[in-house]
Amino acid sequence: MYAFDFEKPTTVAEAVAALADDEAQPLSGGQTLIPTLKQRLAMPSKLVSLTGIAEMQGVCTNDAGQLCIGGATPHAVVAAEAASKYPALSALASNIGDPAVRNRGTIGGSVANNDPAACYPSAVLASGATVVTNNREIAADDYFQGLFSTALEEGEIITEVRFPVPQAANYQKFVQPASRFALVGVFVAKFADGVRVAVTGASNDGVFRWTEAEKALSANFSPDALNGLSVSADGMIGDLHGTPEYRAHLIAVMTKRAVAAAS
Amino acid sequence: MAKVSMTVNGRAVSGDVAGNRLLVEFLREDLRMTGTHVGCDTSQCGACVVHVNGKAVKSCTMLAHEAEGATITTIEGIASPDGTMSRVQQAFQDHHGLQCGFCTPGMVMTATKLLEQNPTPTEAEVRHALEGNICRCTGYHNIVKAILAASGQDVSKIAAE
Ligand SMILES: Cc1cc2nc3c(=O)[nH]c(=O)nc-3n(C[C@H](O)[C@H](O)[C@H](O)COP(=O)(O)OP(=O)(O)OC[C@H]3O[C@@H](n4cnc5c(N)ncnc54)[C@H](O)[C@@H]3O)c2cc1C
Ligand code: FES
Ligand code: FES
Repeated sequence: MYAFDFEKPTTVAEAVAALADDEAQPLSGGQTLIPTLKQRLAMPSKLVSLTGIAEMQGVCTNDAGQLCIGGATPHAVVAAEAASKYPALSALASNIGDPAVRNRGTIGGSVANNDPAACYPSAVLASGATVVTNNREIAADDYFQGLFSTALEEGEIITEVRFPVPQAANYQKFVQPASRFALVGVFVAKFADGVRVAVTGASNDGVFRWTEAEKALSANFSPDALNGLSVSADGMIGDLHGTPEYRAHLIAVMTKRAVAAAS
Repeated sequence: MAKVSMTVNGRAVSGDVAGNRLLVEFLREDLRMTGTHVGCDTSQCGACVVHVNGKAVKSCTMLAHEAEGATITTIEGIASPDGTMSRVQQAFQDHHGLQCGFCTPGMVMTATKLLEQNPTPTEAEVRHALEGNICRCTGYHNIVKAILAASGQDVSKIAAE
């Protein structure tokens, strides 16, 4: 790692001020950023820890019935505290990485990083969640902008993610056994006004909605509704773990499993 | 450099460390507590797991300054002061849960936490809890067996492999 200074503010306002410095970067759970720093792929002059900010911690329900998760809330806390209110989200969190990763890694860090194989982005997109930052609210459909890229501006902090709670939902993850990330992951969420399906791990553009499946499932929420539907291998990731065709095939399989488990 | 203070295995410690000092470097190199191992240094293997404020974490993937004021337990703090091994440690010995021993500190720290949270886990739950701990020697079966035995469950029907 290159040398850097370390600051640990206790309010969002202090963190935003500390991040105004050139080359300052937020540090949340560090489960992605610290390995990145070790590889010298980033060279911040200062890390601003978000883990001491009380207003960014915890899970609660707002007046609109949405589940609000503080940006610096670790995966293990979401797994425990979302269990009764949004079981599919809790199950997703409890299968990220391993126990030690879940004790440090946070929802804000995961959504800010937008790794194409990360789990949370699929839940955020399928739920139609809102990403709340220190100065605005961003709809999930506008937030994810491709591989590792998002609508966040320099120095902008995710303070909270707000999830509308679906009537039924499920996340199916085909685990890449070495990294434990998703080789393909599909999150299906059924709301009163329709079904949303978000796919992670598969596309060169990162998380995306499978709109054809959404239409079919909105008319008939059953695995059979997906018969005959498939995703094109164009633009899918191809690497030593799987070809684009394999990933495209898995999307349909995992979507069916998610619908079967949710209904 | 800035001062960092924490409690490690019941002892108050402090040091003057750079912003990029890892918790595991502070433990091993500054405090000379080398029971915590570094296997991969890339957050994959779990040899470096310690407990920070009661939670299992990979100490190679946490900055020392993030542990300011924290209460830390390392493998050196698991046995009783008179040297009597913990239930988990004893079960690893009884059931041949280690060969070279390199992964063992992390295995014991992860297993100890698991049994605190889930005193009688199923075999599947033990394997799920160990997903972040890699062992190159044992093939895992005897580690899983040791942890199930430490939880007080009958393992006589689980074949040694
Ligand atoms: C062994 C291992 C297995 C893993 N398995 C999985 C898996 O199965 N599924 C999965 O989804 N993930 C997995 N992860 C990744 C893990 O979930 C990370 O915790 C997560 O991607 C990043 O969160 P973090 O809090 O650690 O962020 P950090 O590493 O601290 O930060 C990541 C990036 O986001 C920025 N950032 C952090 N917080 C904020 C914020 N609030 N606002 C704006 N920017 C911010 C940082 O500057 C940095 O660029 C795994 C990681 C490891 C090490
Ligand atoms: S040394 Fe920390 S996970 Fe391998
Ligand atoms: S006993 Fe050798 S690595 Fe596990």
